[in-house]
Amino acid sequence: MVTVSEIQTEAQFEEVAPKKPWSQVALELCRKQPLGVFGLAIVFVMIIAAILAELVSPNDPLQEHFDAMLAAPSAEYLLGTDEFGRDILTRLIYGSRTALLVGFVCAIVGATGGLVLGVASAYFGGLFDLILQRILDVFMAFPLIILALAVVATLGPGIENVMIAIILPFVPQCARVVRSNALAIREIPYVDAARALGFSDARIILRHMVPNVMAPYLIMLTTFLGQAILLEASLSFLGLGVQDPTPAWGLMLSNASEFFEGAPWVAVYPGVAISLSVFGFNLFGDSVRDVLDPKMRSR
Amino acid sequence: MSKYARFALALAVGTGLAMGATGPAKAETPKKGGTLSYIVAAEAPSYDLHKESTFAAVHPIRPFYSLLIRVNPENPQSPTDFQCDICVGEVPKPTDGGKTYTFKIKKGVKFHDGQVMTAHDVVATYNKIAFPPEGVASVRKAFFKMLDSVTAPDDETVVFKLKFATGSFLPVLANPMSPIYSAKDLKEHGYDWHEKNVNGTGAFKFKEAVAGSHVDGVKFEDFHMQGKPYLDGFRALISRKMAIRVQAIRGDRAAIEFRGFPPKQRDDLVKALGKDITVQESDWNCVLLYTPNHGRPIMQDPRVRQALTLAVDRWGGSQHLSRIAIVKTVGGIGFPGHPLSATKAELVPLKGYGTDLKAARAEAKKLLAEAGKSDLKFELMNRGTDQPYKIVGTWLIGQWRQIGLEVTQRVEPTKTFYNELRNTKNFDVSLDFNCQSVVNPLVDTSKFVGSAGNNYANFKGQDQQLEEIYEQMLQAPEEAKQRELMRVMEKRALSDQAHMGVTLWWYKINPHRSYVKGWKIAPSHYLNQSLDQVWLDK
Repeated sequence: MVTVSEIQTEAQFEEVAPKKPWSQVALELCRKQPLGVFGLAIVFVMIIAAILAELVSPNDPLQEHFDAMLAAPSAEYLLGTDEFGRDILTRLIYGSRTALLVGFVCAIVGATGGLVLGVASAYFGGLFDLILQRILDVFMAFPLIILALAVVATLGPGIENVMIAIILPFVPQCARVVRSNALAIREIPYVDAARALGFSDARIILRHMVPNVMAPYLIMLTTFLGQAILLEASLSFLGLGVQDPTPAWGLMLSNASEFFEGAPWVAVYPGVAISLSVFGFNLFGDSVRDVLDPKMRSR
Repeated sequence: MSKYARFALALAVGTGLAMGATGPAKAETPKKGGTLSYIVAAEAPSYDLHKESTFAAVHPIRPFYSLLIRVNPENPQSPTDFQCDICVGEVPKPTDGGKTYTFKIKKGVKFHDGQVMTAHDVVATYNKIAFPPEGVASVRKAFFKMLDSVTAPDDETVVFKLKFATGSFLPVLANPMSPIYSAKDLKEHGYDWHEKNVNGTGAFKFKEAVAGSHVDGVKFEDFHMQGKPYLDGFRALISRKMAIRVQAIRGDRAAIEFRGFPPKQRDDLVKALGKDITVQESDWNCVLLYTPNHGRPIMQDPRVRQALTLAVDRWGGSQHLSRIAIVKTVGGIGFPGHPLSATKAELVPLKGYGTDLKAARAEAKKLLAEAGKSDLKFELMNRGTDQPYKIVGTWLIGQWRQIGLEVTQRVEPTKTFYNELRNTKNFDVSLDFNCQSVVNPLVDTSKFVGSAGNNYANFKGQDQQLEEIYEQMLQAPEEAKQRELMRVMEKRALSDQAHMGVTLWWYKINPHRSYVKGWKIAPSHYLNQSLDQVWLDK
C-alpha cells in the first residue's frame, strides 16, 4: 500500500531549506537584478499614483480652464494644459488607472486563459489537443494589433471591448508556451504515479501540472502587462478605445495630434508615460524570467 | 437694395476681407490637365446623395453628377445667384402667380453608361426626393413641402407646380444633394441601387473606390458643358485625422480639403508654405446640435431638456472653441446674419442664451430637481470625426457636468453613427448637425420640426403646434411675417420645449495650394463641388 504523499515530501523539504530574511532577499535581488528592480520601482510608482490619484493630483482631471488653453508647463500646471485647459499632469495620473486596469485585467485573464487551455491541451492530448492547437494557430496567424483592431471594429469602441480585443490574442500565445512546458511535465513519473494512484484529472492538472508551469505563466503574464498597456494606448489613439473626457494616455496622445506643433507638451508627456510604463513592465518581466528560468539563473 | 442683396453683399465683403492680401482675382485662362488630389475627413456612408447629408458623400460623389440648376460657381456666396446645369439658358422665372416653373432641358446630355438624359429622368429624380414611395428614405422630403407635382409633357420640358408661391423653391432645386438619376436605373435596379453604384451625367466618371483609402474619378469626355472639365481626373483621399490632412497639404500629397480647417491649422500652413498657400474663409451654413432622444424616458420631460440647454455657455464657448475648432458663431435656428435670423438681443431671452451663466445653471439645477433628475446619468453618442464633433462633444460634457450631470461619450464611425441616429435610435442624446447648402432659412429650419426626415430627436407627431408654426412661416408671403414666425418657432423648439439644442455655428476656413484655381469658397461645404470649373496652375 502506498502511503507516502508528495505533500509530506514537500513539507519536509521546506523544513530543511533555510529561510532567508526578507530584507536580505531584497538586497540580493537589487544586486542581481538592478534593472528588474528599477522596472518594479516604475510599476510601483504607477500603482501608487493610480490608487492615490485623488490625493496626489494637483487638479480635477475633467476640469476645463478656458483661460489656460494649451498653456505651457509652469508652476501652476507643471506639465502644461491641453486644448481644453485641463491639467496634463493630473490627467496622466488618472490615466494610469485606465492603463493599469486594462494592463492587469488583460494580462491576468489572457495568461490564465492560456494556462488553462495549454495545460488541458497537453494533459489530454489526442484529438482534443490537435483541434485546439489548430484553432489557436488561426488566432496566432494574425498580428496582435490587427486581431485587436478586428475585434474592436466588430464589437465597437469602449473600454470593455478593448479589453476583450486585447485578451483574445493573448490567450493562444500563452497557451502555446504553457503547453510546451506541460507536455514535458506530463511525461515525468510523478504524474504517472498520481494517475496510477487514481487521482482525478482535475487534481492532477491543478496539483501537479499547473504549479510546474507557473514559471512560463508568470513570464508571459508580466510580458502581457506592458503589451496590453501599449495596445490599449494604440487602440485609444486610433479612436477605438477609451473616449473623452475619461483620461487615458493613448487618447491624450491622439487628441494632441492636432496641437503638438505649437504645444509639444500635449504629446510629449503622454508619450513619455506610455513608454516609461511599458519599459518598466518589460524590465520587470525580463527579471522575472531570469529568476524563474533555471537556465538563465545559472548564468 | 433688398435685405437679401445686402446679406449677399455682406457675405461677399466678409469673404473678401477674410481672404486678406490675396486681392481681387485676375481673369486667368484655365489650363487643362492634371489630377486634383483632395482630402475628405470621413468615408461616405453610401454613394446615394439623395439619402445622405454628409460632406463625406458630397465631396467624392458630387463630381459624378449634374443638377437641374446650381449655384453660380463664380459667385457661390450669393443665396440667389443660380445658373442652369442641365437646363437650357437662364433659370426660368415662375408663372401662374409664382406657382409654376417650366424648365427646358439640354439635348444630348449623356449618362456615363451612354443613356441619353431626358426630362423624364428629372421627373423620376424629383419624385424620388419629394414623393418617395413607402419605405424609401428621403432626408430632404420636407424641403419640398411647397411642391404639388413635377411632370414632363415631353422629353425636353419639366414643369414644377407648387401648392403656394415661395421664394424658397429655387434654392431647394439648387441643392447639390439632388443630382439627376436615370429613370431607367431607378426602375430597373430599384431605389437602393445608387447607394453602391454611380451613373451620372457629371464632369467626371467613377473609376474606383477603395474603402478607407480613396475615390477616383476620370474626365467624362461627353460632358454636357463644352470644354469642361479642365482636369483629367481627381482623387479624393480619405483621412480621418486632422494632423494627417494638414500634413498631406503641407507635403503636397493633397492640394485642398474642401470642408475646413481650424484657425490653428490655417496658421501652421501659412507659416510653413507662405505664398504657396491661399486661404479662403467664410461663414458657414452649418450648425452643430445636440439631439435628445424623446423616445428615452429620461429625455421626455421638457424640464430636463431645458436644463441641458441652460447649462451650455454658448457665448463663452464661441470665444474659446473658435481657437481650436471650426465653430464660432452663436445663433438660433437660422443662419446667423441672415435677415430672417435672430439677433443677439432676440437670442438672449431664450433659455441657454442668457448672459448670466450662474443664474442659468442655478435654474437648470432647479429644473432637474423638480423633474426628480438631479443625479441624471446618460450617454452622449458622437461621430468619430475630430472637427468639430469630438471637440464640441467633449466640451458639452464639461458644460453638463457643471450642473451635476454625469455624461459619458460613445464615439461611433460615421456609418454606424448614422445608422444609430436614423434607424436604430440607440442613443440618449446625440451630437447632430444641420448643414445645408444654399442659405435658405425657411427651408433649412425644417430640421427642427419633428416630422422632418432629417430630424432624429424622435418626437414626430408630439408637437403639432411647432408643425403648424413652421407651415405658416413657410407659406407666409411677407418677409416680416416670416421673420416673426421664425422667432416663435425658435422659442418653441429651442427654449419652451427644448426639443433640440443648438451649440455653435461653424466657420469655414479653407487653406489650399495656390495652384488650385477656379474654386471659390461658398457658405457651405456642400456647394460648388462639381469640380468642372477647377483647374491646376502648374
